[in-house]
Amino acid sequence: MLAFLTTRLAQAIPVLFGVSLAVFLMLHLIPGDPAALIAGADATAADVENVRQSLGLDRPLAAQYLGFVGRALSGDFGKSFRTGRPVLEEVLPRYANTLALGAIALSLAIVIGMASGIVSAVRRHTLFDNAALILSLAGVSMPTFFLGLMLMLVFSVWLGWLPLSGMSSWAHFILPAITLSTASVAIISRVMHASLIEVLSEDYVRTARAKGQRESVVIWRHAVRNALIPVVTVAGLQLGYLLGGAVVTETVFAWPGLGRLLVQSILARDFPVVQASVLLLAVSFVAINLATDLIYGLIDPRIRAR
Amino acid sequence: MIPKSGNRFSDKIMHNGKKSGESDSTQSNQTVAPAQSPARVALRQLRRSRLALPGLAIVLVFILCGILAPLIAPDDPYRNDLMNVLMPPSAAHWFGTDELGRDLFSRILYGTRISLAEGLISVALAAAIGVPVGLVAGYAGGAVAAVIMRIIDVLLAFPGVLLAIVIISILGPGLTNAIIAVAIYTVPIFARLARGATLTVKDEPYVEAARAAGLSDLRILARHVFPNISATLFVMMTLRVAIAILTAASLSFLGLGAQAPLPEWGAMLAASRSAMLIAPHVALFPGLATILLVFGLNLFQDGLRQVLDPKLQDR
Repeated sequence: MLAFLTTRLAQAIPVLFGVSLAVFLMLHLIPGDPAALIAGADATAADVENVRQSLGLDRPLAAQYLGFVGRALSGDFGKSFRTGRPVLEEVLPRYANTLALGAIALSLAIVIGMASGIVSAVRRHTLFDNAALILSLAGVSMPTFFLGLMLMLVFSVWLGWLPLSGMSSWAHFILPAITLSTASVAIISRVMHASLIEVLSEDYVRTARAKGQRESVVIWRHAVRNALIPVVTVAGLQLGYLLGGAVVTETVFAWPGLGRLLVQSILARDFPVVQASVLLLAVSFVAINLATDLIYGLIDPRIRAR
Repeated sequence: MIPKSGNRFSDKIMHNGKKSGESDSTQSNQTVAPAQSPARVALRQLRRSRLALPGLAIVLVFILCGILAPLIAPDDPYRNDLMNVLMPPSAAHWFGTDELGRDLFSRILYGTRISLAEGLISVALAAAIGVPVGLVAGYAGGAVAAVIMRIIDVLLAFPGVLLAIVIISILGPGLTNAIIAVAIYTVPIFARLARGATLTVKDEPYVEAARAAGLSDLRILARHVFPNISATLFVMMTLRVAIAILTAASLSFLGLGAQAPLPEWGAMLAASRSAMLIAPHVALFPGLATILLVFGLNLFQDGLRQVLDPKLQDR
């Protein structure tokens, strides 16, 4: 297990290096002088020079990159152009809000997706199976923003059951979480379906049936447990995508999360906040993938051995 | 090593074999009777598929609408009519009018062109870059492949639309930049798929035979490897067009893609958000158009995958 752990950690390091390099280079790839960008639109030539000096933008790129990583590791991403506050203070509370929404959406996606996947695999070629297939295709075809707006229109505006936007109570979580989780429900459901069908044709399932075990025991103890492994991987990936996909859902519901902050910061050209948000989301995704692999290794000893 | 999927949707396509590399195109070619071309067999199976044909029909209707937009559209999609804003659907305006009094039906017809362009151009670009990169990485192996795959890993470390958003933040908002951003965001998916498929094909006897016959690597890749992985790539392209349309529409909705007054469906929805409360049709029609087109593409893709992936057929 230790060897598996070290290999996976070692594989994550070049990715983290590349991600940090990409985020660092963003500022230099934008057309124009990075110092002028940071100093802001109404800065004088002296201001620009000042920024260049203080951030070391006149030094070689490699030195600048090391400085960027060093400051980022100590939590220093500079100050937001818009608010003047340290970027980390802007980003972290928003990140917590995005994580909360993402965690609820993922739980929804796992529960509903697995349930419908299991039922449609066990009751193959029934009305439920066909409906689940069509619904999951519709689920991945649905633009998130449209689903969010329609749910909002029906449940907040017309029926008045749920709050329109913001996040001051638990009821505020319902519509954004449903919106965010829809595509993941569809994907987890299809993966569970396919994996369970594959497992149900395995010899050990036939053996279990042949020795006269009840069908529910066969399904739950023999089949579902073995079919779970691809589902775990997909669920882990989905959490990452939920963090990225939250951008749209948060914009629709005015959710004070990291995705909405990111979009607002891009439109306002507030680059320190953009860099910090992107880095935080990408590093989280790498960490989630790593954690998924470790869980995978824990539940399936065959993977560790490789 | 656990196969990681590059995109939340691509799992759908890979859930069976679990590895993108397990292309079955070679098998489908081998099972084909020599007298019939693989294309004809695929076509016949496609006709039998329950999903592919309705999907294809939907997509073709949209393509026709896009091509014929100037002939069908009852009105200029950009003409304001401030005396008739937010009118509900009627005989004069089938889908009603928007917040500037423009005819929604005409705007949606013209918007079809933008959405199809977003999907097709970005995926064509992505495949044009990603497939050769993946072919070379898979065929050459060694240090070249290692470097390419590390770069792809880095690109895939930005979850969901985040990579597209990062590119937009560098290039600036706009329709062209959104198409470029979606293309770059799709490149690693094709590169990894092409590499995986190449890895499985490259040790096949016919590739070894070609090598023994002294063909150049380039010729082997173009004439023997590529044709045998093209079915897999084609299914992925259909899937990615659907995703690219959704992604580009999302970017436009966020204000990062196509800008007003372009009749892009996502941008239209964003522009009419405030009017939605009093006139829901302004949001409903662009949204329904997007769903229907992407749903059609997904149906077609699902049917296509069943035809080109023989392992699925007995299910």
